[in-house]
Amino acid sequence: MIDTADADAPLLRALAPEVLGVLVRRGADFATAEDAVQEAIVKALGAWRRTQPDDPKGWLITTAWRSFLDVTRAESTRQGRELRVASAPPAGDVSGADDTLELYFRCAHPALSTASAVALTLRAVGGLTTRQIAQAYLVPEATMAQRISRAKRALVDVRFDQPGDLTAVMHVLYLMFNEGYSGHIDLASEAIRLARGLADASDDPEVAGLIALMLLHHARRAARTTPGGSLVPLAEQDRGVWDVSLITEGVAILRVALARDHLGPYQAQAAIAALHADAPSVAETDWVQIVEWYDELLRLADHPVVRLNRAVAVCEADGAPAGLVALAQVDDVVPRRSAVAAYLHERNGDLRTAARLYTEAARDAPNIPERNHQTRQAARINQLLRNP
Amino acid sequence: MAKYLLLKHYRGAPAPVHDVPMDQWTPEEVDAHMQFMRDFASRLEGTGEFVDGQALSPDGMWVRSDSEGGLPMTDGPFAEAKDLIAGWMIIDVDSQDRAIELAGELSSAPGAGGRPIHEWLEVRPFLSAPLAVTE
Repeated sequence: MIDTADADAPLLRALAPEVLGVLVRRGADFATAEDAVQEAIVKALGAWRRTQPDDPKGWLITTAWRSFLDVTRAESTRQGRELRVASAPPAGDVSGADDTLELYFRCAHPALSTASAVALTLRAVGGLTTRQIAQAYLVPEATMAQRISRAKRALVDVRFDQPGDLTAVMHVLYLMFNEGYSGHIDLASEAIRLARGLADASDDPEVAGLIALMLLHHARRAARTTPGGSLVPLAEQDRGVWDVSLITEGVAILRVALARDHLGPYQAQAAIAALHADAPSVAETDWVQIVEWYDELLRLADHPVVRLNRAVAVCEADGAPAGLVALAQVDDVVPRRSAVAAYLHERNGDLRTAARLYTEAARDAPNIPERNHQTRQAARINQLLRNP
Repeated sequence: MAKYLLLKHYRGAPAPVHDVPMDQWTPEEVDAHMQFMRDFASRLEGTGEFVDGQALSPDGMWVRSDSEGGLPMTDGPFAEAKDLIAGWMIIDVDSQDRAIELAGELSSAPGAGGRPIHEWLEVRPFLSAPLAVTE
């Protein structure tokens, strides 16, 4: 089985977008070139296990190019020698960074569904094999292979003469990061790596904000779950386990981005994460400033989830009654609303309402760890009610 | 080897022996239950008998096609009286006896007061693929 423990995997993944860029620049169409690079990666994972070539990038380019030519020849024979390289972007004197950025744009193109965009980004830019991506999303490999080839077919008729959509790319990476860790592939780390790659190609401060946001959340990862897999809420996390080097890096990146005075939602979210990272405990957290950042975030993008999280911050800054007032402005159907409502009522001393809402939150939880956590909260409050 | 589906119901199964809603347990009892479930699944992975396990949200609906070209009809959320599946585990075992043995163990997961819940699980054999040797 191929997995990321393979010593060659990190190098292969780093080289994948460069090799793809070379093939496309030589006139290969994106879809066929992408398949050829994937095939070369799979070959390398087998061949390099014995001996790594002296020039890994050259090896990959040669292998991928041969594979591309094989496919093109076979196709041109079938289709009456009609070479399909005509649809490829013209070769030109573009830098590697522009190539990479172009790849990100293509894989996150609005013509694709988000699931397809994430999968294609992981393969074409991330250099993961279809099998690895399938494992990460817990779907059969054949299903993932179809999802990727459908995505590439959807791109065939798209013209790439418009400026790319950086927001779409960042959204894809953000979703990838949020998938976190399941099975063999660490999607959160992969998203961070790809966001760093994006930052090398684009100096937009929101890209920096996205990296900072990821690093600051990634820093808490070890503290977020118990060894048994139960969730640990922020308030109860052992902050000594937070990764100081990730926090330091995240804060530094954010500071540079904010200094450019071009605020966006990722920078604002990263600022909130940085304030948490900076606090020795929940009680010593600068909640007033966190509320201000939530207000900023609402001005940038009024989203019910932001309002929901703001209600918790308001509770910590100004007390539970103020938090409940803020919660009243949040739509009833927002996911996790009952969980937040339960917490605010508990803080307000209304244990009966809190118990009922924690039970409701467990019922509505979108995943098993959250359901278990909310069930446990309900059990805890009911125990308090039985033995006051 | 034969595959069996162990089905757990939110509603519709006969009442378990110790029928106390989970939010009325102590937090420690909740933890012990979760730990039992995790240990059970990883033990079956160890014996090579685990295939899959999934939980379902209690939300859902009935759907059927309507008139030609129209949107499908939906009916839901489910009425309280409806039999409602909570989740499943698929096992691949040597015999029906082994499937029953494992379902029995799973049903003895600890609940309120640390006592086994003795909940009813539905055990369903899979229809298998046709055999290669037929005569």
